[in-house]
Formats: sequence, structure tokens, C-alpha cells
Amino acid sequence: MSAADIVPTTGLPAVEVHDLTVAYRSNPVLWDVDLRIPEGRLVAIVGPNGAGKSTLLKTVLGQVRQTTGWVQVFGETYATRRSWVGYVPQRESVDWDFPTLALDVVTMGLYGRIGWLRRPGKRHREIALACLERLGIGHLAKRQISQLSGGQQQRVFLARALAQDARLYLMDEPLAGVDATTEKAIMQILRDLREEGRTVVVVHHDLQSVPEYFDNVVLLNMRLVAAGPVDEVFTDENLQRTYGGRSTILTRAADAMFASKATRKE
Amino acid sequence: MEWTFTVRIVLAGSALLGLTGGVLGCFALLRRQSLLSDALAHAALPGVCLAFLITGSKSPEVLLAGAMVAGVLGAFAILAVIRNSRIKEDSAIGIILSVFFGAGIVLLTWIQKLPAGNQSGLDRFLFGQAATMGTDDIRLLSVVAVLVLCAVVLFFKEFKLVSFDQGFGVSLGLPVKLLEFGLTALLVLVVVIGLQMVGVVLMVATLVTPAAAARQWTDRLGLMLLLSGGIGAVSGSVGALASATLPRVPTGPAIVLVSSVILVFSLMLAPRRGMVWAMLQDRQVERRIRRENLLKDLYLAGERGTGFTSWVTLPILMGYRGLTGAGLLRSARRLVKNSHLERSGDQLRLTVEGIREAAKVVRKHRLWESYLSRRLELPPDHLHRDAEMMEHALSDEVVDDLDRRLGYPECDPHGKPIPREQS
Amino acid sequence: MNDTFVILLVGCMVASSCALVGTFLVLRKMALLGDAISHSVLPGIAIGFLLTQSRSSLVMVAGAGALGVLTVFLVERLQRTGRLYADASIGVVFPALFAVGVILISRYASMIDLDLDCVLYGEIAYTPWDLVVVAGKTVGPRAVWVTGLTLLLNLVVVGLFFKELKLVSFDPGLCEALGFRPVRLHYLLMALVSVTVVAAFESVGAILVVAMLVVPPSVAYLLVDRLILMLISAVAAGCIAVFAGYGLARMVDGSIAGGMAVAAGGLFILAFLFSPRYGLIATWIRGRRATGSSAGPNSVL
Repeated sequence: MSAADIVPTTGLPAVEVHDLTVAYRSNPVLWDVDLRIPEGRLVAIVGPNGAGKSTLLKTVLGQVRQTTGWVQVFGETYATRRSWVGYVPQRESVDWDFPTLALDVVTMGLYGRIGWLRRPGKRHREIALACLERLGIGHLAKRQISQLSGGQQQRVFLARALAQDARLYLMDEPLAGVDATTEKAIMQILRDLREEGRTVVVVHHDLQSVPEYFDNVVLLNMRLVAAGPVDEVFTDENLQRTYGGRSTILTRAADAMFASKATRKE
Repeated sequence: MEWTFTVRIVLAGSALLGLTGGVLGCFALLRRQSLLSDALAHAALPGVCLAFLITGSKSPEVLLAGAMVAGVLGAFAILAVIRNSRIKEDSAIGIILSVFFGAGIVLLTWIQKLPAGNQSGLDRFLFGQAATMGTDDIRLLSVVAVLVLCAVVLFFKEFKLVSFDQGFGVSLGLPVKLLEFGLTALLVLVVVIGLQMVGVVLMVATLVTPAAAARQWTDRLGLMLLLSGGIGAVSGSVGALASATLPRVPTGPAIVLVSSVILVFSLMLAPRRGMVWAMLQDRQVERRIRRENLLKDLYLAGERGTGFTSWVTLPILMGYRGLTGAGLLRSARRLVKNSHLERSGDQLRLTVEGIREAAKVVRKHRLWESYLSRRLELPPDHLHRDAEMMEHALSDEVVDDLDRRLGYPECDPHGKPIPREQS
Repeated sequence: MNDTFVILLVGCMVASSCALVGTFLVLRKMALLGDAISHSVLPGIAIGFLLTQSRSSLVMVAGAGALGVLTVFLVERLQRTGRLYADASIGVVFPALFAVGVILISRYASMIDLDLDCVLYGEIAYTPWDLVVVAGKTVGPRAVWVTGLTLLLNLVVVGLFFKELKLVSFDPGLCEALGFRPVRLHYLLMALVSVTVVAAFESVGAILVVAMLVVPPSVAYLLVDRLILMLISAVAAGCIAVFAGYGLARMVDGSIAGGMAVAAGGLFILAFLFSPRYGLIATWIRGRRATGSSAGPNSVL
């Protein structure tokens, strides 16, 4: 994989979500979300805490089951398109004390391609190293992962995503808690990915950098407030609607849904 | 079974242990220390052996003092390992549990080969031998029981806070560390006392199983302690009796089996939390939904046609939702009994009361559609299915609030009137 | 074969099998699930004895192994109902099953040739005398065959699924996203733990098998930084514990399996204190240096 690779376009929306409702005890709620994320864009998902941003990503990945509605990735179910999708979870979601090296973690991104039972070979390690180098941390390849700083750990995760060579990337707060240099490096990578024709969807928490960094934005607060190109959608009015407080009706309605399991089955 | 002195002793001992174990087990359960208590039971063994080796005495007080020391040491060792290394809690517990126990086994086998060791009776700590209990043991057990129960009664409030929210306890100026140590020390005390009755492996069950069962029946700590103590005492007594009646059934396992059965029973049947209960509740909700749908269908038919009290035939109603006639009639029967419906042959119609109930459902449906349309700005084709679900789930209170926030709209997004009582 | 040699061989093979699966248990924070399995296979073993009247049958190993997997299943189901905490679910399931096992053994003692004390700490000292006879010829102690085959099974499975087990232990989310089945891998590992525990049961007993499952991998966890090295050092630590434990037991004329657990504990204390990177002393020195120079490598982020 080189930077010159251009992924052929499909002409299909990268993600299409129709009438999606997710209401589970352990996750923030989502109500009636209709969303279409166009191919080849750099997209931010923005919203207050508990707005359901991670829930939306996990539902696309099939890790959280929806109550109603459907999700498609490039016009097919996620299960069919699994190999087209790369996922970068929040950094805290894994145990960084795990006895493994940075290079091994990046190699894991290739496991899907390697398949069951076969071992990663020299070629795979070379790809992984190239990915680390693209993130500027090739020299840390042999470092135990607990010895890395937070920003370096985030870069390792990004490198792992590069190794996955996906058309669609779903990233949960890749810029959380990283220093300014790392942020710049990561954003450069994300832009490169877009130039290659890939779609990158990022849960983002810093409103100020949205216009500078992203093409499209999805404003979410338990429901979809607005989605579209940043210059059209990222308005003061929409932000006010997104951050103007939690809808108590939606929260209480969700409670009512939990209370009667039978209605959830319908 | 003969009502011998031994049987009475064992019965009294088992009941007492069950009671104290059950009470303290609640704190272990709530503080997520179920498996710590398991480790404590194992860690006590080398203490028993060392106490015997050092003093040469096998009086219960001496052996239990040794067990106490080893148990507390084990608890501290677990904490020290977690705090000072990258080892996680589960491994730390596993390490202390198995290594202490291994040391105990080495000492035990060594003692058994000593001239004085053969009759030491220390091996009863492995599997517990309630049958060998004497009046000395009962006396000691009673003292411990009284001590534990007094401590729990006196410090109920503080223990509750420490189990629930330590940070808050600290902010109130409570000596949280001391209270925690107190609770752990009491736990060690009961574990150690119980060892010789039920043995190393099963000790954890005399603490946690009654507490887990009690938890299903109540959300209040005070009641949970009482219930758990009761379940423990009953398990102890029934287990002891079973063991005395049936040939070759050891007491400890019998007690644990009884409490496990009570736990399964509680998980199934406890009101609100029980699984059978939840299933019944689901069924009830499903039935209510079917009834509400029937009322609503009649109401809508009335709205379209000749008026709310006109007769509608079964085949027409069946057509609305693709239901069977039998299913519809089952829903109708209850509604007729509540005089929401009148039935004549294969025709149904709403009563005045029925109209009021149906209007409530329709109001919920249409208000929810209005809310989705106006506030969430959803397109018209998204409204109906969602409202079909929420009309059965929303409470009157939420709907009134919704109505107020929307400014008491006349019509829903499709232009249909929103019915209101006395309006 | 020399008796001492047989005991040490069986010990090392048990320790190695346990270290292989134990490493994944420790990394997945499921050490106590291993503890639970080691106890709840008892009724399986007892029922196996009752049904087949012998201890050598494959039926027994399979039955007891199935009971181990059942334990895991029950614990997880209980947790998932949301009615019990994770640790309490473990704490109520295994004593119940163990109690059933003890009652079965005491009730049918005439038919089950299993000493209850040995359930807890094994009878590795007797392994050299329990021989397998095939077609009239003795082909060696039974325990050597049983533990040897188990070790082979462990090596094969861990070897084949190394990459998958590593992935599911580090990041189950990615494992799922890449199309590997985390739940199936989980039960594969649990089945392996169950079989290992059953095979080790007679030699070292229910509780000391926990020492073999948890302690050597924990020692390795404090020493090395790569999974493959952790597996190798865990096996090595287990074998050292077997030799040292045997020596210790000989010295005091006590239980050999108990001695092995104590020796493993000794190794753990050494690693806990003196591990060059994660030991107490190394951390303490680094901490002092960091505060001394105010800009140590760990204080950057």
C-alpha cells in the first residue's frame, strides 16, 4: 500500500442509516436517525456527552443491536462489507499492559486478511512497519506498548487502522488527549486517506477545529440534529440545537421503553 | 434419625453459622468481595497449622487465632500485590489463595507425620466436619455470632455507606479505612469459624449464596441482611438435618446445596427481579398492547365512519392487523368484562368508558407523532411505526408534559384531531 | 522408570499445560474462572467413575471437561441476567457444583475410588505405581500418558490459534470487527482449561491446579513484554516450581503438590520484588529518580 493508491469509487453512500432507534440500558439512546454519509469524505460526528456518538459507530459495526431500523455499508450489510471497514476504538478500551510490541499491535490490523490459523509473515511485518513509519513512529516498533505515551499509543492505533487498508474508517475520538504535534500528524494521515478516496468518520469533541479539519459534519444529540457539508450545516443555530440541553422527553421515553420489554420486541 | 446430643449441637452450630455468614455475606456481596472471602478461607489454613506447631495445642481458640492472623495477612497480601505491581485483582486473589493453601497443605501433611500430629484433627479444616463439634465450639460460635450481629447493628449506617460509596464516606469525615478494616476483620472471623464446619472450598457459599438469594427479594440493605441471615439459618438447619438423616451425606455440602436451591428459587420467583416474574410481566404487557390496539382500531373505525358507538364486525377488525378471530375475542373478553366493550354475536362496539380509554391511546399516538414531526423534524413516513410503539409505553404523566410543551396542538401532522378529555 | 523421574515428568507436563492456558486466563482477567472450573469438574469426575467404573476412560475426561464448560456458561448466563455481580456469580456456581461432587463421592465411596483429601491436593506421589497395561504389557504410568497427551493438545491448540487467542485477549472489539469469533474462541479456551484441569486433577488436586494456572503466568507477566516470551517463561517458571517444590516436599516429608505451590509462590515473590522492569524495587528506584530529576521519562504524559 502506498500513498499513491487510489481506492476505486463505488458510487454508493459509505454509510446509510435508516430510521435507526437504539435503546439499551448500557448505551446512550438514539432515536429515529436517518443518515447518509457520502463516499470519500472526512466526516466529524459531534455532540455533547451521552449524545450517542459511540453508540452510532458501534451500531454500524454490529456491536450494538438496534431496536428498529437498518444500517448499510456501501449498499450492503456490515457483515458482507466487513473487510471494507476499519475501526479505531477509544484508546482506553484495551489494556495497554498487555505483553506485546507496538509492531505486533499494528500487525493485528492485517489478521483479517491473513485469515484463520495462518501466521503473519515477514511481508506482513513489513507492511505494519511501513504503517508505523507513516505515523512517524517507526523507531518505536519494538517498544512494549505500555512504555508508549498516550499520543504514541493513539498513533499505534491509527497505524493499525492503516494496515487494515479499509475503504471506510470509523474512529472513536482519535484526537482525545493527544498533544498538538500528534494531532497534526493524525489529521495529515486522515487527509491522506481521504485523498486516496477513502471515507473517514471521526467522533470528535473539539468544536473549534471542525471547520478546519472536516468536510462534513454530523450533529447528534440522541437524535440527528443535522448532517451535511460543514459550511452548510455547521451553523450557530444548529449548534444551539445540538448543545441546547438534553431532551427530557426523549430520556423519559427511553425509560418507558426499557420498562416494557414487550414493546421493544414489536 | 435419633435426636441425639450431637445432632442438636450440629443443628445449633449450622444454624448459627448460617445466620452470621448470611448477614456478613451481604457486605461481601455488595462490596464485590465474594471471591476475596474465598481467598481468605484458603489463606487461613497455614495459620491453623502454624498455631498447632507453635503451641502444640488444638483448642479451637488457639487454632482460630492462628487462622485469623493468616487470613488477615492474606487479605493484606492481595492488596499489596494489586497496589504495587501490574498484576490485576483476579490474578492476585488466585495467587494468594493457591499459594497460601499450598503452604497449608505442606504443613498439614508434615504435621500428620509427626508423632503427636496424627490425632490433631486438623484435616477437618479441609472439608469441615460438623459432626465433630463439641460444646466448646458452640460456645465460641455463639460469642462470634453475638459479636458480629452487635457490630452490624451498631455500625449499620456506617457499614452501609462504606459498602455503597466510599468517596462520600471520606467526605463526611468517616474513618473509612478503619471501617473497611473492621468489616474485613469480621469477615475473616466468620470465615475462620466456619472452616471447621463446612471446609475451605464451601465457605464462600455460606457467605455469598444466601446474600445473593436475599438480594433478589429486596432493594433495601436492612431487609436484605435480615433475609440473608434467615436464609443462611434455614439452609444451615435443613442441611444439618439432611446430613443427620441420610447416610453418608456430609453436613457442609448439604448446607450449600440447600442454600443453592433457595438461590435458584429466588432468581426465578422473586417479585419484580425474578425471571418467571419478568416473563409474566412481559406477557401481561403484550396482552395489554393487544387490548389497546383493539380499542384503538374500533375508535379509528368510528372516526372514519358513522360514529364511535357503531358496531364493527370481527372480520373487519381481523383485517386491520392480520389477527385471528380467536385472538381478537380473547382480548375482547377482558374488555367486555371491564365494560369497555359490548359484544353481540361477531360484532363489537365501544362503550362510553371504552371511548375514553381508546381516546387516551389515540392521544398518545398522535401527540408522539406531533413531537417527532415538530421537534425532531422527522419526515412523515417515520412517524407512524414509532408512535405505534410509544403509544403503549408512554405514561400519562409524560404525555401530559408533552402536550403542554407542544402547546396543546389541535391536530397531528397528518391533520387528524388529537382527542382530549373534557375538551 | 525411576519414581522421582516420573513424578517430576508428570509435574512438569502439568505445569506446562497449565502455564499455556493460564497465560491467557491471566491476560483476559479471568484467573478466577479457572479457579471455578477446577472445582466444578469434581461432580463430572464422580459421575464418570459411577458410569464407567474406572478412572482411565476417555468418557470421564470428556464428561468432566463438559462440566467445566458448563460452569463458564452458567456463570456468564447468571451475569447476563443482570441479577448478580460477576464475582458473585462465580462464587455461587462453583461451590454448588463442588458440593454435589463431594456428596456423590461420600455416598458412593465404595464405587468411586477417589480419596476426598486428594481431591484437594492430589496424589502425585503415587503416580509411578498406577500403570497402563495394553495387551498384557505395561506401557508406563497412566499419569504420564494422560498429562502428556494433554500437553500435546495444549501445544497444538495454542500453536494453531496463537494469533487468534492473542487478538481476542488484547482487543475483543477488533477481533469481532475482523470477523474472528470472540465467543467461539472464548469457549475454545475454556474447553482447553477444563481438559487441562481434569488431567491435572489427580496429580495436584483441585486447588493446587489453580496455583499452576495463575502463579507461573503471573511471574512471567512481571518479567517479560511479549506474549510468546510470556508463554515460554510461564512454562519455565512452572517447571522450576515443580523441581523446587519436589525438593521442598522431600525436605519436610510433606505434600509434593503443596510444595510446588509454595515454590511457585516463592518465584512470584522474587519476581514481585526484583523484576528488572516491573518489580517493586525497580519501580521504587525509577520513582525516586523521576522525582529527583523532575523530568523522568514517565512524567511526560
